[in-house]
Amino acid sequence: MSADPSNDAKPINGESIPAIDRRFRLQWEAAQNAHVLLYPEGMIKLNTSAGEILKRCDGKATLADITASLEQSFGATGLSGDVFAFIAMAAEKKWITLLS
Amino acid sequence: MNAQAKVPGPPLWLLLELTYRCPLHCVFCYNPTDFTRTGPELSTEDWLRVVREARALGAVQLGLSGGEPLVRDDLELIVAEAHRLGFYINLITSGVGLNETRIAALKAAGLDHIQLSFQDSSKQMNDFLSSTRTFELKSKVAALIKQYDYPMVLNVVLHRLNIDHVEEILNMADRLGAEYVELANTQYYGWAWHNRDQLMPSRAQVERAEAATKRFRERIGRPMQIYFVVPDYFERRPKPCMNGLGSIFLTVTPDGTALPCHAARMLPGLEFPNVRDTSVKHAWFDSSGFNHFRGDDWMKEPCRSCPEKARDFGGCRCQAFLMTGDAANADPVCDLSPHHHLVTEAVAAAERPRPAEEPRPAEEKPLVFRTPANSATLFP
Repeated sequence: MSADPSNDAKPINGESIPAIDRRFRLQWEAAQNAHVLLYPEGMIKLNTSAGEILKRCDGKATLADITASLEQSFGATGLSGDVFAFIAMAAEKKWITLLS
Repeated sequence: MNAQAKVPGPPLWLLLELTYRCPLHCVFCYNPTDFTRTGPELSTEDWLRVVREARALGAVQLGLSGGEPLVRDDLELIVAEAHRLGFYINLITSGVGLNETRIAALKAAGLDHIQLSFQDSSKQMNDFLSSTRTFELKSKVAALIKQYDYPMVLNVVLHRLNIDHVEEILNMADRLGAEYVELANTQYYGWAWHNRDQLMPSRAQVERAEAATKRFRERIGRPMQIYFVVPDYFERRPKPCMNGLGSIFLTVTPDGTALPCHAARMLPGLEFPNVRDTSVKHAWFDSSGFNHFRGDDWMKEPCRSCPEKARDFGGCRCQAFLMTGDAANADPVCDLSPHHHLVTEAVAAAERPRPAEEPRPAEEKPLVFRTPANSATLFP
């Protein structure tokens, strides 16, 4: 909701530190071969890239750290645009909180 | 059966109805009206085995319900085991029995979330509709839920006698600090089916409630998710009930019967296995109770050739059975159903003048409260 100031006020950049919002729990589900976000009476099944990004959102790593880790794990470069776009969407949906 | 249904996925959602015992006597309860005729409750060991077996199949959301689940003194043990296994655990409660000792123990055991029911926004109507004096207790429980840092989920079942109070109900939810509010219009099963004529709102009532909800959403200044569950009798297409029977949802009743939805025990001619005698895996994959309504081989016209069958799965089997006598018929909520008039007639009957705003409506037929005594009277 737009009245919630927690995420909207913060710009997303390489120094941003995302954490999974307290209202969600991120978990690997072997039976679904996917990461899922669990919340009261609901579940969001994540695709591979969403799961890989969110599992790195530990409240310590910056977005620059997260992007570097993903690029290293997947032997890719230039992922920051996709990562930032996903984080913006996840913040909008309140899946994550931006700690700074 | 279609190709997708030949290998059903896991029962992602496990609902354990731990007991039919309940301190409340709500007129809209979906529990079966013959609940006093069911067998003894499962033991702690049985419930723990069900939780382990379902988790091994891939179940991840766990609902603990009833009746009132807090009546079971092994609730904390069940929560602890489910948490150890990785379930996300929802307690669905009236709040009666939830004191500070128990909420602390449940928190320590790993309970993730508590859904607290209210029957109305005022002490007078809450207590009338549940036939108890519980309003003030529920308000205290709401404060405990906040104190223990749980997401606050309030559930209020709406019907003719309280739907005009939606604005007050939402204000109450705001005062209590709720983060989620479910305004769930009554679905007519169990006791609610028995009391349907007295509970059915008029169309104007539903429209006013939706408008009040919309106004509240626009003015509230903090995050609050409000789910307004539209009463399906007022729709022209049925709900995709349980996302199709046997697709994601598994209920185990207090006596151990495994069901593909809360109400399915009423469906005739199906074998619903008991987890005392069989594994959860067998119940989910191999029993006729779960396999019969998978896919679309069971469908009749107009569902069979309907392009929308993959979206709503023909609606609710229990509603089709209750209203038409045949569970394979289209849900009569659908205006393509030859039985749709049964729904429109029920809605038309609700257009009679509303009773005054007092607790006891002046109507010919009395409300029947969900009590063991009334169950025994209905099923001698």
